[in-house]
Amino acid sequence: MRKSLSNRGFLPGFGMTMGYTIIYLSLLVLIPLSVLFLKASTMSWEQFIGTIMDTRVLASIRVSIMTSFFAACLNAVFGVLVAWVLVRYQFAGKRIIDGIVDLPFALPTAVGGIALTSIYAENGWIGQYLAEWGIKVAYTPIGIWVALTFIGLPFVVRTVQPVLQDWDLQMEEAAATLGATRWNTFWRVVLPHLLPAIITGFALAFARALGEYGSVVFISGNMPLKTEIVPLLIMTKLEQFDYAGATAIATVMLVISFVMLLIINYLQWKINKFDAAR
Amino acid sequence: MSIEVVNITKSYKSFTALKNVNLHIPEGELVALLGPSGSGKTTLLRLIAGLEQPQEGSILFNGEDNTNRDVRERQVGFVFQHYALFRHMNIFDNIAFGLSVRSRKTRPSKEEISEKVHSLLKLVQLEGLAHRYPSQLSGGQRQRVALARALAVEPKFLLLDEPFGALDTKVRQELRRWLRHLHGKLGLTILFVTHDQEEAMELADQVVVMNEGRVEQVGSPEEIYHHPANPFVYSFLGRVNLFHGRIQNGKIKLGEAEFETDWKDKAVEAPAVGYMRPHDVEISLRPPEGKSARSVQAEINHISLLGPIVRLDLKRLDTEEVFEAEMSRQRFMELNVEEGSIVYVTLHNVSIYVDSQPVQTHRTALVPLQASV
Amino acid sequence: MKHLTEPAYIRWTLIIVALLFLGLFLILPLVAVFTEAFRQGAEVFVASITEEETLSAVKLTLLVAAISVPLNVTFGIAAAWAIAKFSFPGKNVLLTLIDLPFAVSPVIAGLIFVLLFGSQGVAAPLLAEWDFKIIFAVPGIVLATTFVTFPFVARELIPVMEAQGRDEEEAAVSLGASGWKTFLRVTLPNVKWGLLYGVILCNARAMGEFGAVSVVSGHIRGMTNTLPLHVEILYNEYQFAAAFAVATLLAALALVTLILKSLIEWKTERQAKLDEEQHYDVTGERAG
Repeated sequence: MRKSLSNRGFLPGFGMTMGYTIIYLSLLVLIPLSVLFLKASTMSWEQFIGTIMDTRVLASIRVSIMTSFFAACLNAVFGVLVAWVLVRYQFAGKRIIDGIVDLPFALPTAVGGIALTSIYAENGWIGQYLAEWGIKVAYTPIGIWVALTFIGLPFVVRTVQPVLQDWDLQMEEAAATLGATRWNTFWRVVLPHLLPAIITGFALAFARALGEYGSVVFISGNMPLKTEIVPLLIMTKLEQFDYAGATAIATVMLVISFVMLLIINYLQWKINKFDAAR
Repeated sequence: MSIEVVNITKSYKSFTALKNVNLHIPEGELVALLGPSGSGKTTLLRLIAGLEQPQEGSILFNGEDNTNRDVRERQVGFVFQHYALFRHMNIFDNIAFGLSVRSRKTRPSKEEISEKVHSLLKLVQLEGLAHRYPSQLSGGQRQRVALARALAVEPKFLLLDEPFGALDTKVRQELRRWLRHLHGKLGLTILFVTHDQEEAMELADQVVVMNEGRVEQVGSPEEIYHHPANPFVYSFLGRVNLFHGRIQNGKIKLGEAEFETDWKDKAVEAPAVGYMRPHDVEISLRPPEGKSARSVQAEINHISLLGPIVRLDLKRLDTEEVFEAEMSRQRFMELNVEEGSIVYVTLHNVSIYVDSQPVQTHRTALVPLQASV
Repeated sequence: MKHLTEPAYIRWTLIIVALLFLGLFLILPLVAVFTEAFRQGAEVFVASITEEETLSAVKLTLLVAAISVPLNVTFGIAAAWAIAKFSFPGKNVLLTLIDLPFAVSPVIAGLIFVLLFGSQGVAAPLLAEWDFKIIFAVPGIVLATTFVTFPFVARELIPVMEAQGRDEEEAAVSLGASGWKTFLRVTLPNVKWGLLYGVILCNARAMGEFGAVSVVSGHIRGMTNTLPLHVEILYNEYQFAAAFAVATLLAALALVTLILKSLIEWKTERQAKLDEEQHYDVTGERAG
């Protein structure tokens, strides 16, 4: 015991804080989460597959993945643009804009949801003009896409921004002395450097979108097979007291989320390694 | 290609980095820009490359005005202090970068690029590392990749910013020798920035000594070491002792030591400063004959044995000024002194300045061409 | 410098496109909340937010935050101390486990507590015996909220504490300070802004959580209704003006959060700049 302590240095409190961390983590997170898997394991394989392979479930998984993916894509493109503009250019009100990027983190999702719905409904500020063109946003997959773009917006900005801030301008100078144009420099020198951060931000936005509920329920219209997302379907099953069904779907979702989390952590680790080797 | 810097002034918000700098760098020379931190040497290098724009003055390459030309069109090879290698590209792609970003019309074919890169890898002795990434190389190897990358675009000349600053002593020695060799082989004009006077002396044909945004002196290493133009150059190059005194009646007095001068205006009375290299300090146990006017007594405070040489910390008994003397180990053994001994010191080869202007003194060469140890 | 930026017309095009995007997705919804809230006049607005059910929702929301935020702050500090000041095997696994709640959909977060404590749940017989209700009651809401906001404080504190190193703490302990004193007098002043930052984010999420709370609350008006749930109920009953009026309370909370967050960022940034300048004086080479 003494030996292992001296290995860690002689600061006190490791046992107490570590113990508390483990106990709290287990009670609040690990045990409740394992109950989900425990419950899923009480189902027979056929029962489980049967629940998952249901058309309505499959449709909701499809809607969730498609809308989350496209929302994350839009955020990847505009996230890089916003981060670039915020780091590299000077303009009035930059500080305020920079602060407001985090709005989706701070604004309760339900509020975001009803606000977006009112804007994009057929008589809404934007919805009325789009309706003239025959485009319906609210109560269609496009509406879900809009809501998921809203809640995922800060992720790419906030992962790319610090990388761009720490970026060594000498790289761009080096490219310039070698005769590269700005466009070439951006594509071949800056963007590849940002790529790990962009992918991390994309993955975070995608994972968040997959699980999102509050902002989507209002704008999606919740039509089975068309605009029903997975979290909503879980909710519906719960309201029908179909705990087994809800559990099965949740298990699949959770596994997908964990895989995403592993990918994100792996990327983060890779970025850190990259930076450490600088 | 020769470089001409004419009346360049560069200032930032509250700070003037370069004041009216003029400099001529002849074709094919290896030139060092030497100076302390903040002397403006890196700024000058970046101005020549086109990475900064001067407020006043012009920059000419082979007589052609390049002041307003974009960095991309200047065709200079620039090696950054921390190399600025592209981290996500392997060594091959790093070196090929300058060629591969050319517009389609002027871009060499893939084969030509590959051939060029491999010949450069050979030149910098990194064959076989083409597919490594910068993070997998040592500092010295990265430095050579940066050089190869700069050379790939066939620049008119090479600019190096503190090329060996980030390396440890041994690698630095090796790279210096290699750079000299490379310069001989390519015959390219090379201008490099350094704050290390030993590096400048060892490598350069010409040394440009800079301080506070001005060029203090330009000359061969020999010239600037033995004929420093002013006190700054004197004290910046190597260890130096300082003695304070006055000019009076056309005579310089540094404590009890007196020097005759050819100063015309006998009425001038002003503070004078004498500079003296530690290895010029001559120590004897008895008062030296004949030259007594320039010898003073001093006490040995401390003795440092530094391998082949011995350094003594001394204190003058007349002025209480502390100074250093260096001698060979053999001479030290002959003297047979110890800490606390009182010795006689003859002030040979003292360079005396009044108002930063050198003063000629009689009966002693102010700055002899060969250093006496 | 010319070679480090784009021509003005490209610069301004990019700025305008970025601002349009942010305007469309961020500013417009925010403006919509306030406009819709006053659509039927100030009287309806005032009536909606002073209504008894709204007030009880405010009370519950504050109560929930008042329990779950301190819980997670305590945890965050303990975890950050153990992780940042000591080295031990499995640290990365622990970090990933702490992140878990971020990867769990809020609906699933609610679901797991229903499976544990619901009428058919694992712990149901025990709860029935003690006559204690968790699901469709306040304890369930607190549990779900605490789960969802679990990583916030730890996540902010760990990197800050790690960056601080442990030299100062070791110095304090070697000078005879107790562990607790060392923490209060050495560690805490160093990480106070990071801690506050985490608390603010944690609090915003705790007060605004919707999905997880929605699953466990049972939507009992005046009893288990938090503000976001109250917004939903009003909205679904087509009382749009009232729904948006209540939503302005949450939007105001979001704005305050953003302002505090920006202030802290500004402060730490300035501190970092000062530190850097001091460092620059010592090692600075090139000017400009």
